Amino acid sequence: MATAVDSRDGHADAFAIAAIIVLGAFFALWGAANATDRAFAIQMWTALTAFLVGGVMLTHQLGRGAVAAVTRYQDGVVKAGVIASMFWGVAGFVVGLVIALQLAFPDIFYFPDFGWTNFGRLRPLHTSAVIFAFGGNVLIATSFYVVQRTCRARLAGGLWPWFVFWGYNFFIVLAGTGYLLGITAGREYAEPPWYADIWLTLVWVVYLLVFLATIWRRQEKHIYVANWFYLAFIVTVALLHIVNNIAIPVSLSGWYSYSLFSGVQDALTQWWYGHNAVGFFLTAGFLGIMYYFIPKRADRPVYSYRLSIIHFWALIFLYIWAGPHHLHYTALPQWAQTLGATFSIMLWMPSWGGMINGLMTLSGAWDKLRTDPVLRMLVVSVAFYGMSTFEGPVMSIRAVNSLSHYTDWTIGHVHSGALGWVGFVSFGALYCLVPWLWKRERLHSNALVEWHFWLSTIGIVLYITSMWISGVMEGLMLRAYNEFGFLQYAFIETVDAKVLLNIIRALGGGLFAVGALVMAYNLWRTATGSAPAHERASDVPAQPAAVAAE
Amino acid sequence: MSYEQSAHFAETWGLGLLALCFAGAVLYALWPGNGEKFKHAARAALDDGGEDGQ
Repeated sequence: MATAVDSRDGHADAFAIAAIIVLGAFFALWGAANATDRAFAIQMWTALTAFLVGGVMLTHQLGRGAVAAVTRYQDGVVKAGVIASMFWGVAGFVVGLVIALQLAFPDIFYFPDFGWTNFGRLRPLHTSAVIFAFGGNVLIATSFYVVQRTCRARLAGGLWPWFVFWGYNFFIVLAGTGYLLGITAGREYAEPPWYADIWLTLVWVVYLLVFLATIWRRQEKHIYVANWFYLAFIVTVALLHIVNNIAIPVSLSGWYSYSLFSGVQDALTQWWYGHNAVGFFLTAGFLGIMYYFIPKRADRPVYSYRLSIIHFWALIFLYIWAGPHHLHYTALPQWAQTLGATFSIMLWMPSWGGMINGLMTLSGAWDKLRTDPVLRMLVVSVAFYGMSTFEGPVMSIRAVNSLSHYTDWTIGHVHSGALGWVGFVSFGALYCLVPWLWKRERLHSNALVEWHFWLSTIGIVLYITSMWISGVMEGLMLRAYNEFGFLQYAFIETVDAKVLLNIIRALGGGLFAVGALVMAYNLWRTATGSAPAHERASDVPAQPAAVAAE
Repeated sequence: MSYEQSAHFAETWGLGLLALCFAGAVLYALWPGNGEKFKHAARAALDDGGEDGQ
């Protein structure tokens, strides 16, 4: 069978990766030697170390020789992705908690002698850690898992999937340490400097090729809808990343670069990128997770497969136009603003179609929500998906946007999507994957999943409600005039008025971070521990009930 | 190609092309003959043979 063939023939993959490592190490050494500033030098030494470690790992891998028994599926890289996801998740949530506290207590964890403790440097570290490090690793791991199962084919490309995993995480380290050093490209959610962007482009193209080649060798005629979502995510992110980051470095031995775009074109390019990072990274990719893990966990088929296809294509056709709603009341032509808002409102339909499809997949298995906290987490994530995709179009309407923009309402909206939808669907997938991958019959503790679920849910509710109140208050204060036609409040007065709400937000974020720590402990115990067999069987959630319901 | 020319193309042929592609996708999703295939596909996550693929 074709699945037994591992493409290690000739070691072509290893030679190519070795060439990349040698070239990368050479450039890093050259950069370190010629660096025009200290931050760039540190980045290059970091890169050189990474390439050397990569070389050692590759040599070690080759030294093990041909693997005698090739398993049907390549799961090692998925396991690595699960571990990396959990690590980056906890790191990202904790940094988020720190900067939330800094907004309430400006002096907390801020030392003037250490510039990297400044909110301005920690904030991109938080956003990149949760979106790209946590979310990205979840997407890479789950996509590699799902594409193999639904195509009944082993992951293509021999060592290349490992290159994707380590290459992507190297990008994360380079970008994250860069922010702390004060390096930024100054583009929201695209802060990494030019050399990191070039590296990510290489990694991402390899990711695309591995994914496509795996689909190519599938043994199922039909390509399952989850793979379409993953593919759309990979292709679109490649396009967005390259166009948004077109830039000319000032010098090859320094980090600073200038974008080729300027003025309002630059603003539009950035929000075309920014909103589609939400649409294709944080939505399409995670919908791939939804369409595999919810049916799997509930043991029910997708409610309507026809609806899933329409969901997919409507999302693809509409999302790409919605970006201009970030630029209401700016120099962007008004027709473009209206276009962005119109498409955002149209997005209601596919978003809610998808939400209904995800929720209704539980028909006949609703009772499992009572017994299986993992499934409950997945379902609540879909509910949050529906909620934030309702709120988003409302906020894209110009009149609403005039109140909500530049206030905490935006922050609340983003976090209902990020913590509720992306976070919960990822947690659900990771809770599923760890017992499957480490061959355990169940999680270490379902009670701890319950704790995680409630800590996080209460945390999110505190977070988004405090940000709504804070945002609306802030918006009203910023537009208030006195009887002489002057602004009634100075900006600092809005900051002062928000202190209590910011503390509540930090409390919510703290609960969410504690929940993630509980999860990390639970997953670690699941992977390393061994629950007694007689206990295991009782914990498989409510299988007989599903049969009865059919 | 000037801005006017590309804008004109986008507002006419481009718009029509996208609408046609989308109509094609919806047609594919609703085509009665695909019913059996989709019924099978809806179970793809369940019938994947589990973690060992057996």
